[in-house]
Amino acid sequence: MSIKKIHKEQPETFKFNDKSMEAANKIVSNYPDGKQQSAVMALLYIAQRQNDNWIPLKAMKYIAKFLDMPYIKVYEVATFYSMYNLSPVGKYFFQVCTTTPCMLRGAYDLVKVCKNKISEKENVLSDDGKISWMEVECLGACVNAPMMQINEDYYEDLNDKKLEEIIETIYQNKIPKPGSYSGRINTEPVNNRKTLLGNKNA
Amino acid sequence: MLKDEDRIFQNLYNDSGADLESAKLRNDWTGTKEILEKGREWIINEVKSSELRGRGGAGFPTGLKWSFAPKEVGSRPHYLVINADESEPGTCKDRDILRFEPHKLIEGCLIASYAVNANKCYIYIRGEYFNEGQKLQTAIDEAYKNNLIGKNALNSRWDLDIYIHYGAGAYICGEETALLESLEGKKGQPRLKPPFPALIGLYGCPTIINNVETVAAVPTILRRGAKWFSSLGRAKNTGTKIYCISGNVNNPCNVEEEMGVSLKELIETHAGGVVGGWDNLKAVIPGGSSMPMLPKEICDNMKMDFDACVENKTGLGTAGIVVINNDQDIIKCMARIARFYKHESCGQCTPCREGSGWMWRMLERMAAGEATPDEVDMLFDVTKQIEGHTICAFGEGSSWPVQGLIRHFKDEILERNKFDPVVKKNKNIPYLVDQHLLEKENA
Repeated sequence: MSIKKIHKEQPETFKFNDKSMEAANKIVSNYPDGKQQSAVMALLYIAQRQNDNWIPLKAMKYIAKFLDMPYIKVYEVATFYSMYNLSPVGKYFFQVCTTTPCMLRGAYDLVKVCKNKISEKENVLSDDGKISWMEVECLGACVNAPMMQINEDYYEDLNDKKLEEIIETIYQNKIPKPGSYSGRINTEPVNNRKTLLGNKNA
Repeated sequence: MLKDEDRIFQNLYNDSGADLESAKLRNDWTGTKEILEKGREWIINEVKSSELRGRGGAGFPTGLKWSFAPKEVGSRPHYLVINADESEPGTCKDRDILRFEPHKLIEGCLIASYAVNANKCYIYIRGEYFNEGQKLQTAIDEAYKNNLIGKNALNSRWDLDIYIHYGAGAYICGEETALLESLEGKKGQPRLKPPFPALIGLYGCPTIINNVETVAAVPTILRRGAKWFSSLGRAKNTGTKIYCISGNVNNPCNVEEEMGVSLKELIETHAGGVVGGWDNLKAVIPGGSSMPMLPKEICDNMKMDFDACVENKTGLGTAGIVVINNDQDIIKCMARIARFYKHESCGQCTPCREGSGWMWRMLERMAAGEATPDEVDMLFDVTKQIEGHTICAFGEGSSWPVQGLIRHFKDEILERNKFDPVVKKNKNIPYLVDQHLLEKENA
């Protein structure tokens, strides 16, 4: 489940910083005149990135003014889509895919590791406050199952041991390498490739 | 097995890089200007005669769809929208195109937008594919720099601007009208059809919406000719398709194969076989989680194309093949898929909003063996109440897999669920009545 509960402690103000402002203006220019409302999804995401990965109510109000649209319409969008966090999450936000293709290959082993190593419950920060985790629905990397997303990167072909290593690496303040953890290249069949071999050997 | 030279996506595994230079070595952007010079009519007719069908799940003929766009641009501009909101469980083909073959997609966008008179193209990418979107953006920037798109693209006197629009984690936005709502900055709830987007779509303007794989295949089809494409596969099911094989196989992978390839060949040759051998196969979901599963007996001789799947009461969908073997609890697998649909229902139509949750809860109880035998028929009835009673195809997508389970594995569900409630009277209570209230009288 996504984090749709509004956080109790809200910041007093919210404003785009220069970097966010530049990005926001660029996005608004992608849409026809008068259709700036189209940018609301991107702007919410920009606000989320600026504000430690969660969106305060002030940011929604700010974006509503920015795009000249009713506040409630922004609120509606922010609560509809699952990628907007309305409460704080860890600096490293683990999203474990547990939909059937991942489940078949052991996604719930990964959930178990998260429970042991991060926190017993979803969306609760780890002891050092750095990591939080949640179960999510299909992330669209099914042939690399089981997999998970940490912030914006995909970690694929995992198992419980490898996930433990990843978590340890993060606890040591290092960022683990994204991609496949079975040593294979992208979505090719491991040791069994029968197609496009000319390209591979070129 | 399909010959390597007939594969459209030569860089599916990123052997040679996704940049413009490498893409050109793979013949991307070769003769694109000449293709445009042959005119709209020729392009649409060629796509029509190639019999290319949409690769996003529904399999609608692409040439026909393009011909629905008004011939002349009136007071309202036309738009081309690319659906890259790939979220069907079992499917991950568009992701590889976005990150490894972006120039095929961009070239396809140029040709398609020219064919449907659109000067603006939006590519709607699911928000989770942030990195893939960045890679596509790099390719778009390269294309602008080399005048492949933008003002007077390729000196063809055609202007095309391509923008990326990120989603934010909603499966329903893969439905084309929900996608348009989302593009307009609203919550993604599907619109009633008609009017169809080809006449009234994005911002009320004529809009053609195509899947990534469809559009990315078009340049190669036009270069090599409709004849070449339609010589692969069989009539009405032509060409090649990227199959994603996941689940209980030894080497899960994406692979491009001819339409109509046998399911067994895909699994045995490319994916290294079922874990525990072919005889350990329990069932296969052939086209992403929305399509009904098939038991082993059917899988033995199954061909993978649109019509062959329909003959077996399922669908090719996105060609996301999920293999389930005998070590798995098939009811639990379906319960998890039902949970997916419960989570992703947009909540607009009551049968889907409520029914998806009912199906999930009933299946969870059936997986645990806590249901009564009657409930199996009741569950089937629920699926029938959802199917066809919703605005969009999500209703079918969520109820078909459950129907597939009941159709093929009813005995197994009954075997596990022998629970007999104490209440013997009032057996004919319709399930809409709150059972607990009636039970009190019998306590």
